[in-house]
Amino acid sequence: MKFTLSWLKDHLETESSLDEILDKLTLIGLEVEEVVNPADELNNFVIAKIETAEKHPDADKLQVCTVNNGKETMQVVCGAPNAKAGLLGVFAPVGTYVPGIDFTLTKAKIRGVESMGMMCSESELQLSEDHEGIIELGDDAADKVGTRYVDYAGLDDPMIEIAITPNRPDCLGVRGIARDLAAAGLGTLKDENLGYTDKGEFKSPTDIKLDIEKDKSHICPAFWGRYVKDVKNVASPAWLQARLKAIGLRPINALVDITNYISYDRGRPLHVYDADKLNGAVSARLGKKGESFTALDGKTYEDLEGACLIADEKTPLGLGGIMGGEESGSELETTNVIIESAYFDPIHIAMTGRKLNLISDARYRFERGIDPQSVELGVNLATQMILDICGGTASEMVKAGTPPKPEKTLEFDLQRVTKLTGVTLSNKEVTETLKTLGFTVKGKGQTVTVTAPTWRPDIDGTADLVEEVIRIIGLDKVTPTPLPRNFGIARPVLTTSQNRVRTAKRVLASRGAVEAITWSFITESQAKLFGGGETELKLANPISSDMSDMRPSLLPGLITAAARNIARGNQDPVLMEVGQTYHSDKEDGQHMVASGIRCGTANHNGNGRHWSGNSAPVTVFEAKADAFALLAALGMEESKVQITTDAPDWYHPGRSGVIRLGPKIIIGTFGELHPETIKKLDIKAPVVGFEINLGNIPKPKKKSRTKGAMEITDLQPLTRDFAFIVDSNVTASTLIKAASGADKKLITDVNLFDLFEGASLGENKKSLAIEVTLQPKAKTLTDEEIEAVADKVIASVKKATGGEIRS
Amino acid sequence: MAELETLEKDIISSIKEAADLKSLEEIRVSAVGKKGSISALMSGLGKMPPEERKSFGQAVNKVKQAVTSELESRKEELERIALNERLETEREDVTLPLRQSPNLVGRIHPISQVWEEITEIFADLGFSMAEGPHIETDENNFTKLNIPAEHPARQEHDTFYFNEKEDGSRRVLRTHTSTVQVRVMENQEPPLRIIAPGRVYRCDSDQTHTPMFHQVEGLVIDKDTHMGHLKWVLEEFCKTFFEVDDVTMRFRASHFPFTEPSAEVDVGYSKKGDEILIGGEEKWLEILGCGMVHPNVLRNVGLDPEEYQGFAFGIGIDRLAMLKYGMPDLRAFFAGDSRWLKHYGFSPLHVPTIAGGL
Repeated sequence: MKFTLSWLKDHLETESSLDEILDKLTLIGLEVEEVVNPADELNNFVIAKIETAEKHPDADKLQVCTVNNGKETMQVVCGAPNAKAGLLGVFAPVGTYVPGIDFTLTKAKIRGVESMGMMCSESELQLSEDHEGIIELGDDAADKVGTRYVDYAGLDDPMIEIAITPNRPDCLGVRGIARDLAAAGLGTLKDENLGYTDKGEFKSPTDIKLDIEKDKSHICPAFWGRYVKDVKNVASPAWLQARLKAIGLRPINALVDITNYISYDRGRPLHVYDADKLNGAVSARLGKKGESFTALDGKTYEDLEGACLIADEKTPLGLGGIMGGEESGSELETTNVIIESAYFDPIHIAMTGRKLNLISDARYRFERGIDPQSVELGVNLATQMILDICGGTASEMVKAGTPPKPEKTLEFDLQRVTKLTGVTLSNKEVTETLKTLGFTVKGKGQTVTVTAPTWRPDIDGTADLVEEVIRIIGLDKVTPTPLPRNFGIARPVLTTSQNRVRTAKRVLASRGAVEAITWSFITESQAKLFGGGETELKLANPISSDMSDMRPSLLPGLITAAARNIARGNQDPVLMEVGQTYHSDKEDGQHMVASGIRCGTANHNGNGRHWSGNSAPVTVFEAKADAFALLAALGMEESKVQITTDAPDWYHPGRSGVIRLGPKIIIGTFGELHPETIKKLDIKAPVVGFEINLGNIPKPKKKSRTKGAMEITDLQPLTRDFAFIVDSNVTASTLIKAASGADKKLITDVNLFDLFEGASLGENKKSLAIEVTLQPKAKTLTDEEIEAVADKVIASVKKATGGEIRS
Repeated sequence: MAELETLEKDIISSIKEAADLKSLEEIRVSAVGKKGSISALMSGLGKMPPEERKSFGQAVNKVKQAVTSELESRKEELERIALNERLETEREDVTLPLRQSPNLVGRIHPISQVWEEITEIFADLGFSMAEGPHIETDENNFTKLNIPAEHPARQEHDTFYFNEKEDGSRRVLRTHTSTVQVRVMENQEPPLRIIAPGRVYRCDSDQTHTPMFHQVEGLVIDKDTHMGHLKWVLEEFCKTFFEVDDVTMRFRASHFPFTEPSAEVDVGYSKKGDEILIGGEEKWLEILGCGMVHPNVLRNVGLDPEEYQGFAFGIGIDRLAMLKYGMPDLRAFFAGDSRWLKHYGFSPLHVPTIAGGL
C-alpha cells in the first residue's frame, strides 16, 4: 500500500515529523517498506524564465536562449520546439544530475555555442513520459523564478510504502492508516468527507438489479449506483494526477482516475460505466457456462461459469469486484455515466480471482474484505468528485439489495488484556484505545460490551481486542517476565533418536567427512535410479524440473554435490548428511537416515599422494568401516548384525552389502556404487557409500546406570592358529561365527588374519586363516583341554562351511 | 709380586686399548676366564706354602677386582660408543609432513551447530524437542492453524503441493514448523514447553530465499504464560545465543493467523568491516515471528482457550546462523561445496554446551 505524506495529512491532523510517523507505523503493525521523496533528486531544478530566444547559428532545430534563474542571466542552448522568449520553465544548472537521461550536466559547447545548463521536459524530471517539449508553467510561477520547482509543483511529498497484513483491509485506504496513527497518539483523525449527500435531481434512466438466486445472494448482496449526466471527461487536475503518479499509477482520465483515487483513499473500489454504451438495465449475475469476457487488461477470460458478473441485458460489462471491461469503460468522449458501488463476498472473489489468475487492486481489497457499509459512501464520494471535476447533474441513488451489516459484539473482560500480555492498564486506557479505533464500547466495570466497526472483518474474539489494545498502547510496554523454572537444574530433554542424529553427525565428521545439507527434492530420474519416483511423492508445483521428486535416498544428493566438488578441483571429496528420506506421503514414510560417501582415493587414513605411500582408490571396505563406526557409536554391537550380499541395484553387485538385524529389519546398506549409477550421475571418480536408517536401530532397553561387575583373571590367554580350505563362496562371517561358537566359554576372540586364493588350492577354493584366542578362567589349560577345543573348532567350521583344515 | 704388578698393568692397558666389544671379550677370557692368566694364578694358590698363600691370594684377588672393574667400565664405554654409532645412522627428517588426522578434516554444518546451540539454550529453560513430518496434511499446515481455505494468508505461503488424491485432499510440504504445534497439542497434555526445529519449504527462490530452509518453532502452553514471558524468553535466548550481555530487540505488532496478539521481532546490530556486532539500533534484522497462541488454534486441538493460554514463536535458523557467523549468501548453505563447509563448518569436537560456551 502506497500513499504520500500530504495525502495522509488529508485525514490526519498531526504535528509529528515524518520519522515519528514512520516509526509508529512500523511498531503498530503497518510495516514501512520504503520511503522515497522525489524532491531529493530534484533539489537543484529551479523555476526560470527564458528572456530571449534566437536561432542557433549552425543548427536549424536549436535555439540559443538567455535564461534568468532569479540570480543571473545565462546562455542556454535548447532543442525544444516550444522554447520561446517569455516562457516560464524548469532549469537545471551545470552540475545537476538529470534522472530522466541519467546524466550529470557539464558546461558544454553545442555546435560551437556554450550552454550553461538545460531547460527540462517532464520526462527529464521523470514526471511523465512527455518529452515533446520543455515544461511550460503558468503565470502563477512568474513571481517564483529562482525557487525550487518541487515546491511549486508540490513534489516535496514523501511516498511511503507499507506492507499490509491480510487481516487489515481497512488500511488499504489512506483513511484507515490515519485512523490507526491517530489512535496511537500521533494526531487526530479529521472529519470524514461524505461526498454528495443530496437526494439527486432526477430518476436514473438506467436501472440496477441483482439477478442472483436466493441461496447464492451472499455473493453480491448489494449493488448501488447513480447516473450522472452531461459530464465532461477531461484529464484529471494536477493534484489528482500528482497523487496517482506518486504511488505509481498512470493517470488516464478524470472518470477513471476518480475511482482509482477513492480505492486508495478510502479502500473502496468502484467502477464507472459509460451509460451510453449500455443496453438496458445493469445487473449483477453469475456467469453462465461457456461465457467469456474481455477485461480492461486486454485479456479474454473464458469459462466464467459461477463468476459474479456485472452485465447489461446483452453482454457482460465487468468481472464484479475484480476488473471492468474494455467495451464499457469511460473515455474522453463519455458524457453520461453510471457509478457502480457494490459489495462482493471475499471468498467468492478470492476463488474467482485465483481461478482466472487475475490480480487487480479491486480483487486485492474485496478478497481481504472491504467495509460492507461503504456501498452508499462509495457512490456519494464518486458523485461529488465527478461533479467537481467533470461537472454534470446527478440522479437519485439506485439501490439494489442491502449491504450486510456485520454486528460483531463481544463481551470483553478487561482483565483479559493483563492476562494475555502481562501489562496492567486502567479500564479507561483500554476502552479509550478501542474507541479511537472505531469500536463502540458499552457498559462500565470489568466486563464491557464491545462492537467492532464494520471495516474490521478480522475482529472475531476477545484476543483480537487485546491485540488492538496492545498494538496501539505499544508492545514496548510489555515487561520481560522470567518464565518459572520447572526444575532447579535442567533435566535432559533429548530423545534417543534425537541424540542419535547428533552423535551420527559428529562420528562421521570425526572420520573426516564434511557435513552437507542437500535438497529434500531431486530430479525424477535420480529418484527412480534410487528406488523412488512414486506419484504420491512428486510435487505438483516444483520450483524447477530438477527439484521435482522427494528423495528416496541421501546418496544421489551427496553424489551430485561431490561431482560439483570434483569439477571444481577437489578430487577426493568425503561428504555426509543426516536427514530425511521419503518413501510414502504418510508420516511413517519419512525415515531418518545417515549417509556418507567417499570419492577417488579418500580413504580414512588419508588421500592422494604422500611420501609415506600413495592412497589407493576407495573400496567397499572404506564404506563398511564408516557404517560400522557409526553403528558402534550408536550402541549397536557388530556381532548382533548380519551382512547379506543382496544390496539394491544402485550398488556394485559384487562389492556391496546389506546390514540386517534378523531376516526382516534392514539397518542399512554399503558398497561401491554401480558403474551405471556413477555414469548416470556424471561423477568422474570411483564412489563408495553407505546409508544407515537410524530409526531401525533398536532402542536400548532401559538399563540401570550401574555397570555389570567386571570379570578379570590373572591367567594368561593363549592363541592357536588354524587355516581352512573352503569353497570360494563361503563368507568370512560364516567361518568366524562357526569358530567363535565352538566353545563360547573359552573362545574370546577370533581374528581372521589371512586370505589366500590360488591355483594350488584347486578351483573355486580359498584359504582362510584364523587366530583363536582362548581365555582360561579358573585354572591353566592342559594340553589335552587345548586339543579338545581345537578339535571342536575344526569340527564346527567343517559343519558350517564344509571346509577342511589346511595341512 | 712384581710380576703380578706387571701382569695387572699389561692387562689393564690392553683393556683400555680394546677397540670393540669382541676384543674386550677376548681379553676378559684370557684374563679372568676359566683358563685365563689371573684364574691360573688363583688355581696355583693351593700349591703355595700357607704363610705366602694368604698374602699372595689377597694380592691376586685385588688384581682380579681391578681387572674386572676395568673390564666393566670399558664395556660400558664401548657399548655407549656402539650405540652412538648406531644412532648416528638412524636419522629421520622429522619435518616431513603428516597426513591430516580425519577429525581435523571433518566438519559439522553451521545449521547443525546452530541447531544444537538452540537446543542447548532452550533445554536449560525446560523445553523439550518435538518433531513432525515434512509431508503434511493441508489441515495441520493450514486449517488447524486458523488459516481457512480461501484466506489470502494461504496464498502468501508459496506452498509446495503434492498431486490431488482421489478423495480431493492433497498433501503439502510444510511451510512452517508450526505444524508441530498442532501435533504436540493434540497428543500431549499441558503444561507444554517444546521447541521443534526442522526443514520447511516455500516455493520461492532468490538471493535471500531458498525453496528449503530451517525454522525452529517454540511453544509454551499452560494457564498463566503471557507476552511478558515470551519477551523474556526471546531476550534471554538472544543474549545467550549471541553471547552478549545486552541485546536490543524491537517488537513490532504484526499478524499471523495462528497467534493473537502477534509480533515480529528485529535484532539490532551494526557492521564493522565483515564483523557483525550484535546490539545497538543502527540496523535491524528481522529474526522471528511470535505471539500468543490463537484461541481458534487452541479450540482446534481440543483445548479450552478460557482455561489454557501460551505463546508460540518461529525463528529462522539459517538467518540466525548468518547473523552470528557472518555467512553472506543463503544459497551456499545447500550447495555442498567442501570449500564453504570447511570454512564455515565446525570441528566435530566442538560440541556446544552452556557450561563450555556456544
